[in-house]
Amino acid sequence: MHLGRVIGRVVATRRLSGLLGEKFLIVRPLDEQREPCGETLVACDAVGSGLGDVVHVCDGRESVYALHDPFVPIDATIVGHVEEFAHEAPPAHGANGPGGASE
Amino acid sequence: MKIGRVVGTVVTPVQHPAYDGRRLLAVRPLNPDGSEAQDRLFVAVDRAQAGVGDRVLLMAEGSSVRAIVGDEKAPIRCAVVGIIDEIELDGRVVFPAT
Repeated sequence: MHLGRVIGRVVATRRLSGLLGEKFLIVRPLDEQREPCGETLVACDAVGSGLGDVVHVCDGRESVYALHDPFVPIDATIVGHVEEFAHEAPPAHGANGPGGASE
Repeated sequence: MKIGRVVGTVVTPVQHPAYDGRRLLAVRPLNPDGSEAQDRLFVAVDRAQAGVGDRVLLMAEGSSVRAIVGDEKAPIRCAVVGIIDEIELDGRVVFPAT
């Protein structure tokens, strides 16, 4: 499970019947500084996401359990909208607790 | 399982119902020696009452995690399952730093 930002969408009219009705979004993984990292992926959407949203993506076999039909070829699904991501302050500032809350 | 460090908490007001009531942590995967692993930041369900800064055991394999959370049909793949007290590597204690 990872953090990511929705940067686009994919439209595919011809698709497997089990995938009908699912929305495909392009997600860019983010690190703890909200900087892009890793490879962009296409994910199904289970929570009504839109362009620019910071999201929580579940990958692997478990991703299909967020969809109506658990027997579809999906390897990533958006399962949450991230409202707040509090991360620890950089070590240079010597802070121990959560800090740097944003958005 | 992976070794990681909790770097933050994640709040998701809109989420799949399987996540209701579950605390989410952001976990940075580490190598056993404490250096950052070449891996993505993980989001994991907290099953060990871990806090920011804790060195933890991260279970990132779906079926085990679904068994832990008690829902075989949950879209949950990662969980923090333990807080690490000590790591010994090649006969030397590398965590906590001495």
